[in-house]
Amino acid sequence: MRLTNTLLSAFRALRRNKMRSFLTMLGIIIGVSAVIAMLAIGQGAKYSVEQQISSLGTNVIVVLPGTQQTGGIRVAAGSATTLTADDALAIQKECPAVALVSPGTRAGGQVIAGSQNWSTGIEGTGADYLEIRKWKVEYGDFYTEQDIKTATKVCVLGKTVADNLFPDASPIDQTVRIRNVPFKVVGVLAKKGQNAMGQDQDDIILSPYTTVSRRLSWFTNLRQILVSATSSENIPIAQNQVAELLRMRHKIASYDADDFTIRNQADLATAATATTDILTILLASIASVSLLVGGIGIMNIMLVSVTERTREIGIRMSVGARSRDILTQFLIEALVLSLLGGTVGILLGVTGSRIISHVVKWPTIITAFSIVLSFGFSIGIGIFFGFYPARKAALLNPIEALRYE
Amino acid sequence: MISPGNGRPAEGSGQLIRIDHLVKTYLLGEVEVHALRGVSLQISQGEFVAIMGASGSGKSTFMNVLGCLDKPTKGTYRLDQIDVGQLTRDELARIRNRKIGFVFQGFNLLSRTTALENVELPLLYGSTSHRDRRWQAADALETVGLADRAHHYPSQLSGGQQQRVAIARALVNSPSIVLADEPTGNLDSRTSVEVMEVFQRLNDNGITIILVTHESDIAQFAKRQIVFRDGKVRADKANGSQKIASEAVREMPVIDDEGDE
Ligand SMILES: Nc1ncnc2c1ncn2[C@@H]1O[C@H](COP(=O)(O)OP(=O)(O)O)[C@@H](O)[C@H]1O
Ligand SMILES: [Mg+2]
Repeated sequence: MRLTNTLLSAFRALRRNKMRSFLTMLGIIIGVSAVIAMLAIGQGAKYSVEQQISSLGTNVIVVLPGTQQTGGIRVAAGSATTLTADDALAIQKECPAVALVSPGTRAGGQVIAGSQNWSTGIEGTGADYLEIRKWKVEYGDFYTEQDIKTATKVCVLGKTVADNLFPDASPIDQTVRIRNVPFKVVGVLAKKGQNAMGQDQDDIILSPYTTVSRRLSWFTNLRQILVSATSSENIPIAQNQVAELLRMRHKIASYDADDFTIRNQADLATAATATTDILTILLASIASVSLLVGGIGIMNIMLVSVTERTREIGIRMSVGARSRDILTQFLIEALVLSLLGGTVGILLGVTGSRIISHVVKWPTIITAFSIVLSFGFSIGIGIFFGFYPARKAALLNPIEALRYE
Repeated sequence: MISPGNGRPAEGSGQLIRIDHLVKTYLLGEVEVHALRGVSLQISQGEFVAIMGASGSGKSTFMNVLGCLDKPTKGTYRLDQIDVGQLTRDELARIRNRKIGFVFQGFNLLSRTTALENVELPLLYGSTSHRDRRWQAADALETVGLADRAHHYPSQLSGGQQQRVAIARALVNSPSIVLADEPTGNLDSRTSVEVMEVFQRLNDNGITIILVTHESDIAQFAKRQIVFRDGKVRADKANGSQKIASEAVREMPVIDDEGDE
């Protein structure tokens, strides 16, 4: 039997039970549109991560203590405390491809201002930190090189911290107690928003790294050194210079591994997008469960259809239809159902993603890949779940099918 | 048992069907139902056979085996010298498609398709091109006198017309045999004779007709009459006084049931 005829009779059979065909397709429609929307959300997340990583500041290189774990995205353990403030100074002085350097350390704890209190992280930085990260102070000033040398107890509040500790007044020149140590607030940072992982980047306090390591932390070594290269082309050169310098300073023999790790933005981007890739796969997998359920719906309806049309099958066989003719007929019907459902689902998924973008302000990106994938999925589901009922029809005994009431 | 095919040429190219010791036993749970208990007979090209017998005597079972719709439990069936028992499912389908036209008591038309499309159905499973299909189907409808009803659905046709559509469908592939299992069972007497007229016309054109009926009136239109009883051939004789359906129709009162729905 010709394909066009088979298609025609499939459309006819489906039109005969409009409501039922529609409900069956609905399963596929929902499944496909969910997959499309989830992929769009995942891709959107990936895109915004990439955006935010590049907004981290251009040309940034991060030097971390400890050895890099091969293949891992995990930053090396902080136990290997090999980076010192002198290392940072040496990098600044001796690496020509390096523009700015900011030594970093970290602490956390309770912050009290008057009757308000807030728990947050305290980042110890150098004076060039904001410039490296392309960040700005909104009110007041940033601390100076002098503050860092003398380990002054000054700090700059992130927007979130400022809003929570000083809901009504200006925090400038006020005193906050960080883990009971009094710090004078000299400035408030401009709002930066959430980072790729959804963390609030404004929930932070910046303070000279010297002050943080002396007053708030128990060790003097650095947690990281933030470095900016003179240009983005110079990033690899700067990385090499820093690595060579540190190996020399740490007296690492040529056959020994580094006791530090250098990462650039591309590495960070890879790590972060790997996470969003996992997110995307997760979302899409959950969505494809509904596609699976839709497929089972098709199988169910096709089984009902085969039973209802046993006599028709008998008639067709009595005039010479072979098993494979009957098989294709029912398989094509299942395929038409799933493909129609898939097409509507794609349209709905694309529109839905647009609406999500618009309403929730979450970026969504529809790729050709996700459309091809959904379409392929629909075909696969149609064939997979249509096969059993179609086979059942094809293997009917002609005379028994004819006698069926 | 009466010897099969007595007085008829049993050899040569004229021999179309040869049945030997055909047995069909159905298993209903634990009970064996012997539908056919050893049937042997031969039918030649161009015959018009009426098979008669009481209900349950095995006529339909026999027809289904002849039509390659069912397989016998024992015995052989040769069609055109081919042992049908050795054929695969697909080969049987091909025979049903090319060599045999089947007409059922209940018409067995596809209800949601037009008369023309019903007639086209066997052609869909052959190698006929789209264009040829249309005119072959139209031709077959013409043969049974229903050219003007081509685009009617079965529900818009009378019983006699539906049966004629079914006959057209059986004819459309120019089969060598038309099998009809009580084709007039659901029709009134005038319509029955009209259907017989169609069969006689086909037979005049060389098509072998095998027809089951339990009405002796209808059997009168055949050239040979075989009587079944309890799954065996009870009698097999030539019909010396074959009636001509076209003449019989003229003598019958006109009943207003066709052509004006
Ligand atoms: N599918 C079947 N299963 C069991 N018994 C059957 C089946 N078909 C027919 N029979 C039995 O076989 C016998 C012959 O039936 P059938 O060939 O239909 O007779 P007829 O057509 O002469 O009335 C009957 O006793 C009937 O009950
Ligand atoms: Mg019967």
